[in-house]
Amino acid sequence: MSWWESSHGGKPVQGAFKILKRGLADSVEMRKGLGYTIGLAMAYSLGSLMIPILIQQILDKGLVDGFRPRFVYTWCALAAVGVVAVYLAGRATFIRMVSASELALKSLRTRVFAHIHRLSIAEQSSTRRGTYVTRVTSDIDQLLQFMEWGALSWILGGTLMLGTMIAMFAYSWRLASVVLFMVLPVILVLRWLQRGLLAAYEDVRTKVANTLSEISESVTGAAVIRAYGYDERMDQRLKGAIEAQYRSVIHANRFQATTLPISDFFGGIAMAAVLFVGVVYGPAWGMTAGEVVAFMFLVSLFLQPLGEMAETFDQTQTAIAAWRKVLGVMDIPVDVVEPDPGVVLAPGPLSVVTENLKFAYREGGLVLKGIDVDVYAGARVAIVGETGCGKTTFAKLICRLADPDEGRILVGGVDLREVSTESRRMAIRMVPQDGFLFDTTIRENVRYGRDGATDAAIEAAFAELGLTEWVQRRPHGLDTEVGERGESLSVGERQLVALVRAQIADPGLLILDEATSAVDPETEAALTQALERLSRGRTTLTIAHRLSTAERADYVLVFDRGEIVERGNHRELVAAGGIYASLYRSWLGNVQAA
Amino acid sequence: MSTKTDPSVLARGLRVIWSYIKMHPLPFTIAVTGAGTFAAATVASAVVLGKVTDQVIVPAFRDGEVPRDRVLWGVFLVLGVALLRAGAIVVRRYFAGLTAARVQRTLRTRVIDTYRRLPLAYHRSESAGELLAHAEADVEAATEILHPLPFSTAAILLILFATAALVITDPFLALIGLSVMPVMTFLNRSFGVKVEPPASEAQKAMGRVSSVAHESFDGALVVKTLGREAAEIARLEREADALRQHRVRFGHLRAGFEPAFDGIPNLGVIVLLALGSWRVSTGDVSIGVLVQFVSLFQLIAFPMRLIGWVLSDIPRAVVGRGRLEEVYEQHSELADVVDGATLTDAPLSVRGDGVSFAYGVHEVLKDITFEVAPNESVALVGSTGSGKSTLAELLVRLADPQTGTIELGGIDLRKVTTRDLRSNVAIVFQESFLFATTIRENITLERSVGHAEVERVARLAQAHDFIERLPDGYDTVVGERGVTLSGGQRQRVALARALLSNPRLLVMDDATSSVDPTIEHAILEGLRDELATTLIVIAYRVSTISLADRVLFLESGRIVAEGPHLELLRHPGYEAMVRAYERATA
Repeated sequence: MSWWESSHGGKPVQGAFKILKRGLADSVEMRKGLGYTIGLAMAYSLGSLMIPILIQQILDKGLVDGFRPRFVYTWCALAAVGVVAVYLAGRATFIRMVSASELALKSLRTRVFAHIHRLSIAEQSSTRRGTYVTRVTSDIDQLLQFMEWGALSWILGGTLMLGTMIAMFAYSWRLASVVLFMVLPVILVLRWLQRGLLAAYEDVRTKVANTLSEISESVTGAAVIRAYGYDERMDQRLKGAIEAQYRSVIHANRFQATTLPISDFFGGIAMAAVLFVGVVYGPAWGMTAGEVVAFMFLVSLFLQPLGEMAETFDQTQTAIAAWRKVLGVMDIPVDVVEPDPGVVLAPGPLSVVTENLKFAYREGGLVLKGIDVDVYAGARVAIVGETGCGKTTFAKLICRLADPDEGRILVGGVDLREVSTESRRMAIRMVPQDGFLFDTTIRENVRYGRDGATDAAIEAAFAELGLTEWVQRRPHGLDTEVGERGESLSVGERQLVALVRAQIADPGLLILDEATSAVDPETEAALTQALERLSRGRTTLTIAHRLSTAERADYVLVFDRGEIVERGNHRELVAAGGIYASLYRSWLGNVQAA
Repeated sequence: MSTKTDPSVLARGLRVIWSYIKMHPLPFTIAVTGAGTFAAATVASAVVLGKVTDQVIVPAFRDGEVPRDRVLWGVFLVLGVALLRAGAIVVRRYFAGLTAARVQRTLRTRVIDTYRRLPLAYHRSESAGELLAHAEADVEAATEILHPLPFSTAAILLILFATAALVITDPFLALIGLSVMPVMTFLNRSFGVKVEPPASEAQKAMGRVSSVAHESFDGALVVKTLGREAAEIARLEREADALRQHRVRFGHLRAGFEPAFDGIPNLGVIVLLALGSWRVSTGDVSIGVLVQFVSLFQLIAFPMRLIGWVLSDIPRAVVGRGRLEEVYEQHSELADVVDGATLTDAPLSVRGDGVSFAYGVHEVLKDITFEVAPNESVALVGSTGSGKSTLAELLVRLADPQTGTIELGGIDLRKVTTRDLRSNVAIVFQESFLFATTIRENITLERSVGHAEVERVARLAQAHDFIERLPDGYDTVVGERGVTLSGGQRQRVALARALLSNPRLLVMDDATSSVDPTIEHAILEGLRDELATTLIVIAYRVSTISLADRVLFLESGRIVAEGPHLELLRHPGYEAMVRAYERATA
């Protein structure tokens, strides 16, 4: 929940029309019948003019020079029909607006979501994920609010002001000019208000975000804060943030309080002017009493939308900022381009060759600085190294979650970029560390591993990894719900399911990211066995956190700061006395002490 | 949230509102005064319009001339009433906003104070999102009603004034005009009732869209490797479409009502004009009175809607406030000790006597008795859920045992001055929490120490070298807006923080689990050589366990064996567990 993120980034409405134009150009659903909708909206808003005109007509032609019942009742009946027509126009406007914008935003939401999934992992760092969720949810909702309320109020208000002005000029261009002259300063006032309001709201957002992040720290860090007696200081920080938020709200409140009454203020001035000028010069200009009275009503109609429109400044600005951000996501190019149709990989274990592989994320320097490896088909390779050495990124490139900046990867002798999407997904499987599962049953999660897999195939996959008994002991067997992200299962159990999910695809190349956290002994035993069986007859690259995995491997690659610094089998590396040897010694220390 | 005016909700709503008024009576009173002035000025403006029509405009055109001073009076009245109205709006809105902001500040501060007072168990029983929601969303929901409240008070006054004015000027026309009121009331209510189901459905659908997006992006890696993008997109599209449908249903309902709120008063005006013209013709009323009537009548329509809005806000306020009350009512037994005993500045002995602890009905520690000598290092070993972490927290008094006592240096923990306790005892958690600030501040936590001291503890925690390599060294900002540290690095910073106060009892709850084994070894040896402290560690790695002088072996809340690691290996349960750890970590 980071709606406060939707700051305007300091950019004022400049480019707003550009954004609006592009947004509209992007959205067929919104464009379709838009002219008609706007026409209806105008008819709806001009309906408000009927009453002052009716008053003028009745006063002037039906009353002042003697009562003319027929004239009065005919006009009233016509006006009543008019009111009904206006109601229908209004209803149609709202329905069309809602239907079109909801459809447009649904499609936009889906497109943005799809685009994000198409981006490579280089764009999907964990910090960005939260932002992406915001783009798909609250940013698009900001737009929606604007389209269904703000935009409509601009259209309705603008039309009403224009229509009223035309009516006033039709009655008397002189008096209308007087009105216009009197309310001219409103433009200056509005500009001042706009600037003040936007800055004030921006400040409120910052302060609210700050309070939230302070509270967030205080609750997530509660144990540390208490254990270290930091609570008094934390309390001061929190109270300070709340006070700052309060002050900021009060400041914004000053502008809010003055926005709406500008209509009344200028309306009063203009009405007084109309009265004076109308009474003193009106008769000479050939005006009637009804026209002057109608003018008084028209003046307040003319200014009434101003206050309301000014109140939507912030909404409008926020919507444009949100739209800009959404379009910004759509502008990130999809850097992993899928081949069409592409080469299909041969079944069976696959060899892996990389040549001078270099890679950098968008932020930060090179993570891989020229990696060359040559892994024969069926080999068991362990990759070891400290956190941040590039071993995980290397594994991701082998799955083509991103393309290298330089160099190339050959799997089964084929450049990875030329391998067909389908073939790559079945033949190369990665089992990530956290064993992420979807919020459904164990059975469905395994089926995700191979679309259309039969129940029998799923059960067979469990049996092949020796997990039949394990799954039977789940509360509902294969139909046990795993919860959001699989969190109803322990980390180890999630990994088990992830292994079966890989098994069912029968991949020729398996990439395993070993779990670091401790797992209970029983699950651990199941994992070891399942891994062993899953690896048979496949090439495996394992990001090893346990040196026992490395010990069993045919080949060990030691990564350090984006380079491979040692390679060879376990025995050779221990004998060489380098980084690996020292890791091994500390591990050995563990065992001997036991 | 229902707009059906359930009497009990209404009564509770009024009580909630009254409690706010009592919190900050002055700004509220000023706001209501402003609102009352607004109502009076509004009615006056219609009356003025009628009078001006009769006495200035009509004669001016009929007779061709009116006395100049009468014109000026008219101008003065029109202007004066309008300015008074505008001014009253400013006063009303500003002070309504002020009241709301002050009440929010009060409620929010109370939430914070409550959080501070409550035991950690409470923080853990609710998600961080939930805790944040109490302080932000719930406070907003509970107080939103304060913004329109003064205005709706004014609206009631406005309707009363206007009705009175209508009746006084012409009872017959008043009767016609007021017949619109029940229609508007009915419209208001049925709108609220009809719109409620799709509105709450839409709310839920939005939640589902957002959780699909969350889950899908969190698992992006798996989605990609399994090639499930298309399925995920279809899933989101389904939810987004459900959301759209609910919203469209809501929007279409609204489309039927919204223009009616304008249309019906306009129909009323037309009827008034038709009948009013006839009344003018019979000489019962003047033209000015008719104009005044129309103007007054238009004034009533809007406030009627406004009252509808406030009524529909009440349930939200009641629910929000109810959620806050639940927080406020949580109570805590764990009180700070201000003027208690002080601990000696030497490694502390620890003694637990018949210690039991339960979370609700779930017993975690069952009558545990143990002793740790000063300067001894003890490992707590046991499977997940055996009570190790709870015991660790009791040792540093993050909670008090329900029965039994824990003594440090021979003094009951509950009698030790809190400040003294915090500076002599430190705990390091597995989940190393870092504040979004510099590494230095994360280590010092604003305790006043020089750089040499910070560097000393960082070296001891084997953190100095990597910190030096960071872009700004010790002044590198970590967290969301700064550098991301690895799990092991975070744990080492957290350890340095604990070492800074030179603790006489150090409790490490699986605090080096993410640290590379080589580095962990160096850390533990450093601690043993350079630190005069009693050390209690919870660990899984055999190397860590075997460094301890003695092991306490826990099984489901009881100590089942104790002694040096090598001796304990004879205990079958202990041996099995240690072997399993060995496989898991080797």
